[in-house]
Amino acid sequence: MAVATLVEGAVPVDLAMRPCYPRAMATVLGSRAPRDPLLDVKELHVSYGAIIALRGVSLSVGKGEVVALIGANGAGKTSTLRAVSGMLKPTRGTITLDGGEVTGLKANQLVPRGMAHAPEGRGIFLNLSVAENLDLGAYLRRDKPEIERDREQCFTLFPILKERYQQRAGTLSGGEQQMLAISRALMSRPRLLLLDEPSLGLAPQVIERIFSILREINAKGVSILLVEQNAHLALGMCHYAYVLETGELVMEGGGKELLKSPEIRKAYLGE
Amino acid sequence: MAELVQHIINGVAAGTIYALVALGYTMVYGVLKLINFAHGDVMMVGCYAGYASAHTMGREHSTSFLGVTVVFLVAMGMCALIGFLVERFAYRPLREKPRLVALITAIGVSFAISYGFQLKLGVGALTILPGASPRAFPEVITPSDWLVVGDPSYPDIVLRNTQVISVLIAVALMAALQVLVFRSRFGVAMRAVSFDHRTSALMGIPVDRVIALTFMLGSALAAGAGILYAIKDTRIEPLMGTQVGLKAFVAAVIGGIGHVPGALVGALLLGLVEEFVVGYGSSTWRDAVAFGFLIVVLLFKPEGLFGRVTAEKV
Repeated sequence: MAVATLVEGAVPVDLAMRPCYPRAMATVLGSRAPRDPLLDVKELHVSYGAIIALRGVSLSVGKGEVVALIGANGAGKTSTLRAVSGMLKPTRGTITLDGGEVTGLKANQLVPRGMAHAPEGRGIFLNLSVAENLDLGAYLRRDKPEIERDREQCFTLFPILKERYQQRAGTLSGGEQQMLAISRALMSRPRLLLLDEPSLGLAPQVIERIFSILREINAKGVSILLVEQNAHLALGMCHYAYVLETGELVMEGGGKELLKSPEIRKAYLGE
Repeated sequence: MAELVQHIINGVAAGTIYALVALGYTMVYGVLKLINFAHGDVMMVGCYAGYASAHTMGREHSTSFLGVTVVFLVAMGMCALIGFLVERFAYRPLREKPRLVALITAIGVSFAISYGFQLKLGVGALTILPGASPRAFPEVITPSDWLVVGDPSYPDIVLRNTQVISVLIAVALMAALQVLVFRSRFGVAMRAVSFDHRTSALMGIPVDRVIALTFMLGSALAAGAGILYAIKDTRIEPLMGTQVGLKAFVAAVIGGIGHVPGALVGALLLGLVEEFVVGYGSSTWRDAVAFGFLIVVLLFKPEGLFGRVTAEKV
């Protein structure tokens, strides 16, 4: 694939300076169960002006799967999520959601197709109340009784949100804001939930609680694409994982296989 | 004492008009962080739209509820359209550019409208642009004194019908805006957009449409203010928007730009300060004191009276 790109003459400038050229295929560990893909990303390229963030990332998320995307700071994890959810326009590549191509659609056009993205930094509207934040999650929905039921569902998952319901979201703690971000994303009744670093800056007990709830959410049939710096957490709960390094996939495989891999243990698990 | 009451009446009447214009500045600043310098000029176009509709109906000197309503609706519709066009073609292409670019464009749009309006343009008997010379605004509301205290030939306090109607209309428009912003689905979307465009899009909010509607809404309020101003001042001319607009901008900054009730308080304060300067000092000093007031407020409270200090995240 990479060689073909070279022959066709479309040589990205930055690649010329990279030592490992032509690009190697990602190492695949273990095998993946045959699946019905909900999200299929092929050869995704993203750049911010002259800076290239992603160079041909391909990944897929099956229906009902939790897929993790791990990697160091600046590897392109957040850029991948942003391109998938329509916050960024990819320069090349295709994104397919449940069989239909959605490349280049804007974020607000992807929400009605079942995509929800809890962005980096939680993206809580600090000027609005907790109630209004939750309502915005259901902005495009008109089925009031069902919205009501989903809101109750969120309160069951995160009872603290009920206590804080009328408060301004800016007064919530970091953990509470993360709970609100996840709940708000669920309010759109997504089929695919994109989560960007749900563990960032939270106390261990809070992280544990959030991840056990993510498992519950997944058990109800919501597919999850999870970006995490905490590789241990992510690999422990996902069905499949991809490892990103400077905008490219270097490894992929089942969560358990990656957890056992010496390279992963050394690079991402601090051993 | 009577004199003071009279000045308060006049100041409040002037202040509510400023408030309607100031709300447009503050709303647009809220969603785009842009000072729309063309806002006052949009208001001026609203005055001319009202002028044209009153003349077309032949109601230059007669009051009728229907006539006044039509004048307001035509002006507000026209301004909403202009607000939409200005946002769509002048500001939207610059959305991702540095803010200074949009700001300079705003000044350019302001000049383009106010000086463009000085051209005389017509097709046959139909006048499209009336030219630079000032026009007398039709008396869509026949002026009369509703309340006279003291000797009728040297009254202590006079309350004119136009003042009362003006305050009532302004308050009604502001109340409607308040309900829209704080009680409606669109209002929540607008406040979300004003906080963060990108996350708003993730909620499914059509950000471009919300911004366009905010411009239209602000412009329609300016049109309402323009008609009220024209009724009070009875004179309209193409450069009037710059002056009124600048004052309303000052009011919005004094209240804390981006803060809706702040704009109202800032405008009332400014209206009263101006009135007191004219009443107890000299009208020559009116504008100097108005802008001096701005400087004093900014010296002691740079975020405005109601603005919140937001720490810039690095």
